[in-house]
Amino acid sequence: MTKAAISEATSIADWTEGAEAVLYQSCGACRHVWYFRRGFCPSCGAENPQTKQASGKGEVYATTIVRRAATPEAKAHVPYAIVLVDMEEGFRMMAHGDNDLGIGDEVVMQFKLFAGALAPYVVKKT
Amino acid sequence: MSFITGVGLTPFGRHEGRSTIDLMSTAAESALSDAELKRKDIDGLLCGYSTTMPHLMLATVFAEHFGVQPAYAHAIQVGGATGLAMVMLAHELVDAGVANNILVVAGENRLTGQSRDSAMQALAQVGHPQFEVPLGPTIPAYYGLIASRYMHEYGLRPEDLAEFAVLMRKHAIAHPGAQFHDPITVEDVMASREISTPLKLLDCCPVSDGGAALVVSRDPTNARRVKITGCGQAHMHQHVSAARTLTEFGAAAAVERARARSGTAISDVKYAAIYDSFTITLTILLEEIGLAGRGESASRVRNGDFGIGGALPLNTHGGLLSYGHCGCGGAMAHVVETHLQMTERAGPRQVRDASVALLHGDGGVMSSHVSMFLERM
Repeated sequence: MTKAAISEATSIADWTEGAEAVLYQSCGACRHVWYFRRGFCPSCGAENPQTKQASGKGEVYATTIVRRAATPEAKAHVPYAIVLVDMEEGFRMMAHGDNDLGIGDEVVMQFKLFAGALAPYVVKKT
Repeated sequence: MSFITGVGLTPFGRHEGRSTIDLMSTAAESALSDAELKRKDIDGLLCGYSTTMPHLMLATVFAEHFGVQPAYAHAIQVGGATGLAMVMLAHELVDAGVANNILVVAGENRLTGQSRDSAMQALAQVGHPQFEVPLGPTIPAYYGLIASRYMHEYGLRPEDLAEFAVLMRKHAIAHPGAQFHDPITVEDVMASREISTPLKLLDCCPVSDGGAALVVSRDPTNARRVKITGCGQAHMHQHVSAARTLTEFGAAAAVERARARSGTAISDVKYAAIYDSFTITLTILLEEIGLAGRGESASRVRNGDFGIGGALPLNTHGGLLSYGHCGCGGAMAHVVETHLQMTERAGPRQVRDASVALLHGDGGVMSSHVSMFLERM
């Protein structure tokens, strides 16, 4: 799957560029925290938000197990879990995860290949 | 002020060999005839988009093909909310004096014009291209995520969602144009194969070919008087990862804006036409709008409240779930059915009183919301 880079470039790489990291951004002016990268704060408009690496710790907010995929690459992985994770830094992100994850589970971030590219994958915190 | 003066709807399902433009033309011809208007009377044209016929200028392509030369025309895109957004815009344009008779039209050979996988892939692109789409989500996966959280918050079971699939099928059986006519039970829904948990095949609307059209006019063109009394929108997010909560999506805000314009109280609503791409969509919209209490919509279905003879008849054509879903025309079928009900032309599906109606549509992943009140004068 080709990557569509729609955000502004950052000096550190994340999983969308093949590095084992999740990045997020925060605003020095209003303290807003978010995931989808851009060159300004979507809450107050301030420029030069800080881009930081997340700890990888979070809690499952929502979960689904995909049993019918649409692309040949994804079909090879069926069934796979897609989860929304509330990260401890205060932003929410989509990730893969173990199929037995439930809402409220505390998780830690790992990374696995999906359809030939690196993808975030959460497992229960031990 | 504006009136819906004519409506047209094709059957939904398979229309082998018919293109987007063919299906739009059939529906448009039918709406014109219903409004008792000629092509020369049409001075405005709004259309949606088609995944099988992507074009920069679909409205003018259609205008040329169909044979109208409007003073105002363009396409708009708000995903599944497009149908109602077009009707809202037509209402606002007529109200502002920009045009007198606006043809609103949508159609697509979404089922036979492409493979099911390519339809699913095209739709999944409403996800974030960098942070979501690489994870292989599908539209049912986005809605599966929403369902998991909503059901967790309000204690709903999969059997509760299934009630809506059964109800929509029951309604569709009474409409010859619906895609599905085989009766189903809650057990059938539960036994259908899982697509993306907790959603099963029968919790999901089908992909269909079809077309729908209507005319929005400044003045009545015939004896019928269905007035658009107020519309509203809300757009809180695009991507499911960026939604602030998975329990408040903007539906209530859109309805409140429409209500402020129309002066209609929710308690005055006699007929409801609510977007039902999935059973969870319908459940959440009914409950967020306040047509049912939180977590209570399924018990309202079991009580018969949303049936043809119930206190608040809902999607009596069978909705997207069983009449079918051809893209922008999907939600317009809800409008057409509402108009038929309000003008007492719904035949065996006719409800006792549809004098005041509330319509609501959403696009994306519960991202864009459009609400509309209609009243029979």
